[in-house]
Amino acid sequence: MSAENIAFWLITTAMVVAAIQVVTSLNIVRAALSLVIVLAGVAAQYVLLAAEFTAVVQVLVYIGAIIVLFLFGIMLTRARIGREADLDNDQRGAALVVALSMLVLLVLLLRDAFGGERIGAESPTTTAQIGDAIFSTYVIPFELASVLLLAALVGAIVIARKD
Amino acid sequence: MLLNQFLFLSAVLFCCGIYGVLARKNGVLVLMSVELILNAVNLNLVAFGTYNHTVAGQVFALFVIAIAAAEVGVGLAIVLLIFRNRRSVDLTEADLMKG
Repeated sequence: MSAENIAFWLITTAMVVAAIQVVTSLNIVRAALSLVIVLAGVAAQYVLLAAEFTAVVQVLVYIGAIIVLFLFGIMLTRARIGREADLDNDQRGAALVVALSMLVLLVLLLRDAFGGERIGAESPTTTAQIGDAIFSTYVIPFELASVLLLAALVGAIVIARKD
Repeated sequence: MLLNQFLFLSAVLFCCGIYGVLARKNGVLVLMSVELILNAVNLNLVAFGTYNHTVAGQVFALFVIAIAAAEVGVGLAIVLLIFRNRRSVDLTEADLMKG
């Protein structure tokens, strides 16, 4: 087993355990902190996929900003810091069935479609190439994304403001 | 490395997210599960981008990250407004539209 594969399976184990913790934990702060592990694991997988710029953006935006937003949300909605019994609704069994059947379906489908395909990271894309692509081919989506972020910023303030 | 390793991991994250969205009733936890789903999608995009030797996957992943930031901002504002009006973030109680 190559070093890449060992790293992949170690990170994946941590991520899956943490992801299950996010959706089953009875402690809302612990769920948020488990989400940090999942997001950091995704960043590590980007590094394994030779996408280092996306990994840095993932750490900056998700771990740096979105988790802080979630912790503010937890604080402002005055959630209990310790264990809380009623975080789940009564559809837990149905949700489990839906999620597991979705997983089985996806795994069977992907195994048939991409079984044995290898990823070669021998010609990795550079950050300069990503910058070129964003500001030439994808410049209109980029501008739209900035307008959308502005609209979301204004909208969030208008919705959450006390009047 | 196999392409399927990353696709299977992303499928597991996606299904955890689906379970969370369906089974949680705290608004903040539902938003966290949505983040899991978006990250599964991003992992897929980057994996296929590397597989096809193109930057398009990474560029789209960056756009999804930007949209996710906007989504969390507005989503948490809505949850805060529900909390202010009803003194709870229990989504099963927000059933005004139920017949």
